[in-house]
Amino acid sequence: MTGQLSQDGNTAMEMKGLDYARPREGTQPPTLYPDYASTVKRAPHRAPVRFDHTLSEVTGPGFADGWAGPDNADLTTRHAGQPLGERIIVAGRVLDEDGRPVPGTLVELWQCNSAGRYHHPIDQHDAPLDPNFTGVGQVVSGTDGSWRFVTIKPGAYPWRNQPNAWRPAHIHFGIFGPGFITRVVTQMYFPGDPLLALDPIYQSTADTAARERLIADYDPNLSEAEWALGYRWDIVLRGRAATPIEAG
Amino acid sequence: MADKLIPTPSQTVGPFFHVGLARPEWSDLTAGNPQGERIAIEGRVVDGDGAAVPDALIELWQANTAGRYNHPDDTQQDKAIDPGFRGYGRSATDFEGKYRFVTIKPGPVPGRSNALQAPHVNLAVFARGMLKQLYTRLYFVEDPANQNDPLLSAIDDAAARKTLIATRGAGGAYHFDIVLQGDGETVFLDI
Repeated sequence: MTGQLSQDGNTAMEMKGLDYARPREGTQPPTLYPDYASTVKRAPHRAPVRFDHTLSEVTGPGFADGWAGPDNADLTTRHAGQPLGERIIVAGRVLDEDGRPVPGTLVELWQCNSAGRYHHPIDQHDAPLDPNFTGVGQVVSGTDGSWRFVTIKPGAYPWRNQPNAWRPAHIHFGIFGPGFITRVVTQMYFPGDPLLALDPIYQSTADTAARERLIADYDPNLSEAEWALGYRWDIVLRGRAATPIEAG
Repeated sequence: MADKLIPTPSQTVGPFFHVGLARPEWSDLTAGNPQGERIAIEGRVVDGDGAAVPDALIELWQANTAGRYNHPDDTQQDKAIDPGFRGYGRSATDFEGKYRFVTIKPGPVPGRSNALQAPHVNLAVFARGMLKQLYTRLYFVEDPANQNDPLLSAIDDAAARKTLIATRGAGGAYHFDIVLQGDGETVFLDI
């Protein structure tokens, strides 16, 4: 069996204040969640080895200098014509657990089209591709942690997890944050979707308040009249174990 | 003190992540011509049946040849940042479950309480059927520093410990399979 590193009471100077908080029980999904059938053969049997964070965990790639390429914040203007579907604005901030903005980090997004089909060769759902929609975007968060995309509302689509299963409309997001430890890939959902109650991927997070963080809010102030509906969604990343002391 | 916000839960990358996350050029970390020994890292991702996982994405994060991370929290004064090396890579598995990186061998980095960690690269594994990423580390087979590495030393079971050590294949590449479940299951890390 694998062991466990003992908690070290004598923290070296270089790690002081750099440790990250551990997620509270139930606020993240488990590795094994049999209602999502594909987890059954892909979840480890052994418990992961827990150890105190080092520089290897708390550091991670930076993107503020544009290394990942130019921002691509408008998914509706990438082709000759406009994509079909309900035009939406999705915007929010990247924050840490203390509510502090996470600037200069890469926010990646991908989604299916309004008919529920991905621009991907293995997606064989009997729904049309849209020649004017690829469904991929990326931006680097601003100094206040903010980001904003223009896209179309993705459709629901069937999958074979259980009989007559349909994924609720969702947009995939990948966010880095300051360290390899803060990396999260997740999905944003839309308010009031009746499929959420039936979706094992959404339901896999036991804690209700944590789960509801995955649902965007309709925001009339973000909507633009006679043009697009606005949805607001803040992304919260793991934060430091010690509350940071503000300088000045 | 104000209540902490609950972090956003992870959700699976799903089967179609290539649309948004596949960046084949990011599997080569040497594009900036970094200092250090050029190496290749390759392996397969397999599931609990030993079947290939053709829809996994591996992310890699590592220090430079001197053992310094290109990050503001790494304040080691005696080691320089290499402007030609970011230390981040990404590789999606192919239909046989294979992934591959080209990079440089990292130097040792400090651990806690003045311990030195043996050279290693940090890996995060994403896939359909995984609701959150699995973290692991790759160490290098011939490195004498492995003997005193705090994480390796904390894993009592020799067979389990061995899953974190890349072997060296005939072509010179480091070989590191990632077994998600069952016989030979890779040691994953709770960070």
